Amino acid sequence: MRAYQRKLDIRNGCVDLSHGSGGRAMAQLISGLFHEAFGNEWLARGNDQSAFDVGAGRMVMTTDGYVVSPLFFPGGNIGSLAVHGTVNDIAMAGAKPLYLSASFIIEEGFRFADLKLIAESMGQAAREAGVHIITGDTKVVERGKADGLFISTAGVGIVPDGLDLSAENARVGDRVLISGTLGDHGVAIMSKRQNLAFETEIVSDSAALNDLVARMVEAGGRGIRLMRDPTRGGLAATLNEIALQSDVGFHLQEEAIPVKPGVAAACELLGLDPLHVANEGKLVAIVAPDVAGTVLAAMRAHPLGRDAADIGEAVADDHHFVQMATSFGGGRIVDWLSGEQLPRIC
Amino acid sequence: MKYADEFRDKEIALGLAKAIRAEADAGRAYRFMEFCGGHTHAISRYGLEDMLPKNVRMIHGPGCPVCVLPAGRIDMAIRLAERADIILCVYGDLMRVPGSQGGSLLKAKARGADIRMVYSTIDALGIAEENPGREVVFFAIGFETTTPPTAVMIRLAERKQLENFSVFCNHVLTPPAMQNILESPDIRNIGRVEIDGFVGPAHVSTIIGTAPYEFFAEEFGKPVVISGFEPLDMMQAILMLVRQVNEHRHEVENQYSRAVTRDGNLRAKEEVSDIFELRDQFEWRGLGQVPYSGLKLKRSYAKYDAEIRFGMNELRVDDNPACECGAILRGVKKPVDCKLFGTVCTPETPMGSCMVSSEGACAAHWTYGRFRDHQQRRAS
Repeated sequence: MRAYQRKLDIRNGCVDLSHGSGGRAMAQLISGLFHEAFGNEWLARGNDQSAFDVGAGRMVMTTDGYVVSPLFFPGGNIGSLAVHGTVNDIAMAGAKPLYLSASFIIEEGFRFADLKLIAESMGQAAREAGVHIITGDTKVVERGKADGLFISTAGVGIVPDGLDLSAENARVGDRVLISGTLGDHGVAIMSKRQNLAFETEIVSDSAALNDLVARMVEAGGRGIRLMRDPTRGGLAATLNEIALQSDVGFHLQEEAIPVKPGVAAACELLGLDPLHVANEGKLVAIVAPDVAGTVLAAMRAHPLGRDAADIGEAVADDHHFVQMATSFGGGRIVDWLSGEQLPRIC
Repeated sequence: MKYADEFRDKEIALGLAKAIRAEADAGRAYRFMEFCGGHTHAISRYGLEDMLPKNVRMIHGPGCPVCVLPAGRIDMAIRLAERADIILCVYGDLMRVPGSQGGSLLKAKARGADIRMVYSTIDALGIAEENPGREVVFFAIGFETTTPPTAVMIRLAERKQLENFSVFCNHVLTPPAMQNILESPDIRNIGRVEIDGFVGPAHVSTIIGTAPYEFFAEEFGKPVVISGFEPLDMMQAILMLVRQVNEHRHEVENQYSRAVTRDGNLRAKEEVSDIFELRDQFEWRGLGQVPYSGLKLKRSYAKYDAEIRFGMNELRVDDNPACECGAILRGVKKPVDCKLFGTVCTPETPMGSCMVSSEGACAAHWTYGRFRDHQQRRAS
């Protein structure tokens, strides 16, 4: 398997249709680039699937596609995002993420050097999150049929005994906690869009939240009703979803919601609401009022939860409104985002 | 955030709210029309209604350019964009504006029309330069604020000798619309709408100045206070209007003095009058044909006029008969008076134009304020 006539020319070479054909070129790309970056015992066995032991308890599974544009953005790239996003979806069940799969759809002409950077970011993100990418797939499509690179990742994880976080669990009186500032990812991406480019120091918050979640579960146990990561549609979409699924409403305090000045300024300029802008390293937790203080303290003690805040509470409301007392002194609804704020944010 | 937070200060807002409550005569109603969609949006987003006494009511005016664009103009743009040689450049909030038969630019794009969302006129010029083999048309829309950038773009196109660039002009003027509202039978004869004063445009006035409003104040005896778009601007303007009404004055006052002068931006006005001229009339959704309310390119710039260049035929489309956008834009009805509001007409599936732009009266009320309808129902 290792006896290729020539090494991949990472610096100058690029993907062509033969790299998706099932032949030797594809095998070389997979072993020379992906295995190298993800390096683990499962991939090393070279099977079309990977077997792993299943522990006791319930498992969770999730899948997600990544089509972000641009592929490289301040604070990350499509590779790290593809790991963080899937790890976070598993972690929101209170689960410990274990294994990921990764599927690549690559446009011919994509530079090996970029692919290597992206694969290495994935490998690093996986190692930091304590997960392994144990199976994958590579397809190459003609020029113009994909915008550079699309990645799909799926993941499995294991839920601690007795924990059942779910969107229908919010109860009237529960507190709404968020783990930090809102809108960083969306603004970082927008700042690099071709026809929108503006200068900002904001970087994406893309990060794996599983360790933060583990600390929160330790602190709050069953008092944590549910968690969500407010990605596309932002906090507004997440809370509106939960309100519907749990048959409650929410009352928020705008003053309590942390937003970086740079994000607020960019949103002001673009006519956006930070509550609609995507995050990739933040979570919303709905927790019973008696553990809210403990959970918040645990969040603030963690590097990814330093700016965590208690921003409001669940209330009885047949209309499932998410209402907010504005920092100006009036009241308003925090509605779903309508229409398309910006395509391909993740 | 500097230069914004100062105008959103809660303590000052509470002080102004207190002053309005103290000075508004409990024995009478104060009905003020805010002309601009920017004002409507600020009122809803910051919850200003909660801070005003019950007898001070804001009526949402027609100052949202997307909302007043008639469906026929959207149909014309769709028809143009369907031509294979055309790239149509539009501002994002136009994409979902309903044309006739459920059509929109967004749907035309999905079917294959080359429609590009741009953030500035410069982007459209760039697209024309990058695509010399295609015809690039900019869908120009807006009040006096967005007209100067279109004028500058045409100048630049001329200077760069761009032969593949033109403008579908839908620019409209504020003063004729205000006059049309004040002269409408709803207000003059029937008395269905009482307007005690106007919150005058912010950005429009940076261009045209305050002088054009002096005629209304005089002729119709209505106070006008030019106001910025920040919530504190609005509160202060409302207080100024309450005072004018109490003192039986009807003057043009300028709350937005940090940006607006009596004469406006002379350079911008010059650019506009060099390139544009008045149309005899232009259709406004909700107001119908309004004389001398729209602009077109002067004959000497005809080659940049997409309507001439591509022989675009004027299309007239009747609005959905159940849609109350017209009455809402004139201040005769409120969004909740429309049967379609929140049932079949929502920001996701807008039937009428007021539901499309976030500055539209219906969209603003739906997005930010509809919880109040349920509160009121409960209270009654």
